[in-house]
Amino acid sequence: MSQSNSALLRVAGLRVAYDHPLGTVRAVDDVSFTLRPHERFGLAGESGSGKSTMSLAILRMIKPPGHIDGGEVWLEDTPVSKLSPDAVRRLRLAGIAMVPQGSMNSLNPVVRIRDQIGDAIADHGTRLSRRDLAARVRTLLGQVGLPPETASKYPHELSGGMKQRACIAIAICLRPKVIIADEPTSALDVVVQRQVMETLGRVQADLGAAVILVGHDMGLMAQFVDRLGIMYAGRLVEVAPIDQIITAPRHPYTRLLIDSLPSLERKGGLRGIPGLAPLLRDLPPGCAFHPRCPRAEARCSIDKPEVRQVAPDATAACHFA
Amino acid sequence: MFNYLRRNRSLLVGLGLLTILVLFMVIGAFTVDTDNAQPLSVQALQPPSWDYPFGTDRQGRDLLAVMVAGTPLTLWIGFVAGFIGVGVGAALAFTAAYYGGMVDTVIRSIADIGLTIPGLLVLIIIAVSLKGSLSVNQMAIVVASLAWLNPTRTIRSQVLTLRERGYVEIARLNGMSGPEIIVRELMPNLLPYLAATLVSSVSAAILASVGLEVLGLGPVESPTLGMTLYWVFFNAAIINGWWWWWTAPLVIILTVFLGLFFLTVGLDEIANPRLRRAI
Amino acid sequence: MHAGIEDMVKVYQQKFGLDKPLWRQYLNYLGDVSQGNLNYSIANYPRTVVSMIRDALPWTVALLGLTTLFSFAAGTFLGALLAWPGAPRWLQWFMPPLWALHAIPFFLLGLVLMYLFAFQFQWLPIFGGYSAGATPSLTWTFTLDVLRHAILPALSIVLVSVGGWALAMRGMMVTTMGEDYVTFAEAKGLRSATIFTRYCIRNAILPQTTGLALALGQILSGAVLVEVIFGYPGIGALLFQAIEENDFFLIQGIVFTVIVALGFATFVLDILYPWLDPRISYRRA
Repeated sequence: MSQSNSALLRVAGLRVAYDHPLGTVRAVDDVSFTLRPHERFGLAGESGSGKSTMSLAILRMIKPPGHIDGGEVWLEDTPVSKLSPDAVRRLRLAGIAMVPQGSMNSLNPVVRIRDQIGDAIADHGTRLSRRDLAARVRTLLGQVGLPPETASKYPHELSGGMKQRACIAIAICLRPKVIIADEPTSALDVVVQRQVMETLGRVQADLGAAVILVGHDMGLMAQFVDRLGIMYAGRLVEVAPIDQIITAPRHPYTRLLIDSLPSLERKGGLRGIPGLAPLLRDLPPGCAFHPRCPRAEARCSIDKPEVRQVAPDATAACHFA
Repeated sequence: MFNYLRRNRSLLVGLGLLTILVLFMVIGAFTVDTDNAQPLSVQALQPPSWDYPFGTDRQGRDLLAVMVAGTPLTLWIGFVAGFIGVGVGAALAFTAAYYGGMVDTVIRSIADIGLTIPGLLVLIIIAVSLKGSLSVNQMAIVVASLAWLNPTRTIRSQVLTLRERGYVEIARLNGMSGPEIIVRELMPNLLPYLAATLVSSVSAAILASVGLEVLGLGPVESPTLGMTLYWVFFNAAIINGWWWWWTAPLVIILTVFLGLFFLTVGLDEIANPRLRRAI
Repeated sequence: MHAGIEDMVKVYQQKFGLDKPLWRQYLNYLGDVSQGNLNYSIANYPRTVVSMIRDALPWTVALLGLTTLFSFAAGTFLGALLAWPGAPRWLQWFMPPLWALHAIPFFLLGLVLMYLFAFQFQWLPIFGGYSAGATPSLTWTFTLDVLRHAILPALSIVLVSVGGWALAMRGMMVTTMGEDYVTFAEAKGLRSATIFTRYCIRNAILPQTTGLALALGQILSGAVLVEVIFGYPGIGALLFQAIEENDFFLIQGIVFTVIVALGFATFVLDILYPWLDPRISYRRA
């Protein structure tokens, strides 16, 4: 766990909205956090909390009718939000790489694996001979634990776990500084999940990169990340080191999330969170969580809580944190 | 309703064109003497004038009368063939899609083979084999004989998609019988799609019938649009510069096809909500 | 005199086997066809059906083959560009006229073009495959002559077809562009051109090619009429002539040839398909 305060990736006040005929959807509402070198940062939240939008926004991949309304993203000294489109394109994969969600369909079905690695390398300006490319591909596949034959295969010839690891191989081929893994293990069974997460951890250590793990599986987060950020209704309602979040969560939502995790020790009924996550275009006034919050009071429906420092390394957005 | 028409511009244009056509036929039926559509009725080869707004042809027919008399005939052939095509096609499609197995394989194979063969050629063979010239109704039947192929295929694939939907499963669990499910659950959801298929089937039927007629294989004595064009080519009207002879049927055929085309596109938009334009 | 004609009819009937029962005639037919004998042309005796078809077929294959390939290629590429946000905006102006054009049958457009360019403006010849009196030979002048005669029929087919292909491809592209692998391609920082060709077109072209295979029959039907009105000496015009002359054998022969040719073309496309889409394979899984 890194104790240094220098930021590798800095997100400040990011706002993303979508135009919908029935109203504007605030998918990401004034989100700020920093990612430290070599760190594993988790971004958790329910479906519709805005976490996937956040990953796209960091890579400046938001398309109409969505638009980035404000905020800045910095990769070390580079202002990502101010780069030209071509500069952003070159930053993708080389500076910040994404391992996509739904690897079932993230690979081009008519192109071989080695060419899907090859075109990324070529489009970033590196010319490799066929032999060099083959060697590079073989090394990459080895790093993710895939046999060399995988290079000449098509995606439909691979299993789900293999496809996901192929995506990881693509993501690391240019030695990025930051890897954003967007729900990399959804639709995979637990055994394969473990393989994929181990692979991810190993390549991260090899590269000395930082990882942002986006997902909703709290158990997975607990096992993998150093620090965790919880998103709700487009806002980052709590950020803290993982131990702290598990043992002493500050925000009521986080608390309910932790409580809802099934445990081997404690037997009893499943505990969920009552109610449904609000529609992002129709948020309740004040704190977005107050309709479902066991601690809510009158002021919660009027005053929107700001993000405050509540411990040396933790922030939360709650009046009672 | 009008608001929807404003949004679905294709539907609007299609309906508009077809309305103009209907008006032409109706008003014409009352104001024009269709006896003049017969040969040797009026002076031959007159360019358009007050007396003969569409001019006259070489055999002495008043072309306006010919158009007024012939357009309904052409449309009639198309409609009859189109309706039979979709009717038979839908019945076969439902049967094939619902019962599956051997039934499905047989129906599907016949339809697929039939579709690969160019329809016009088969129609030519049929028309040539029928001794003597055809009446308008016989023409419709001839065209209808192939008109069911495409509807069978497309409706079948739509039914197959719908069959996997949840409400069909529930109906089955509730004990509804096969035919009952077809009629009560699948049909209502297919209606917009069936309408679109019907319109395109009519359009294809008109195209086939006009094609046959231009080759001289249609009802030779009738003043249908295609036959008029046949006479145009037979008499080398283009080279001789009698432009009015072919302009009238051309414009009407264009209106028919464009009208039906836009109507199909408009109906497609209703049938497939994903195609709907967001404002 | 009367008796003489009746005898002649009987002799012809015997010769062509028309006096035998129907099923016998059919068997004879199958036997003959398998040997490549499509019989004599009734109206153009003693020319054989095969020789007449052999003269006309290359014209049709050339016209249809080239125009179909061109329309498919141009239309598909245009459609792809129309769907791509990075393409120039003025391309969109092409769509409405092409769209409207593709709803009308080939031969109607042919009629209009013929009137405009051959009659009114007198730029191009009215009909035929080559000028009357010219002798077919592989000279430059003859080739040019052929091309001049082929422009109008070709244009009638191309102008109508391009719109259809463009429209279809545009639809496919829109669907493809929404796929996850295109999103990932963008996240990989690939160049716009790479994504356009290798990720979008490469995938959208698959259903487009299926469409081509299915449309072959229709294209042929339309082409027959085009040949007729332009007097282009291909299979279509031959068929028309055969119909006028009630030449059953020739009609049968032409239809047979056409169906075989179409079957072959579809077969070729079927073979090509696994090469385009590696997910399809004809081996047992």
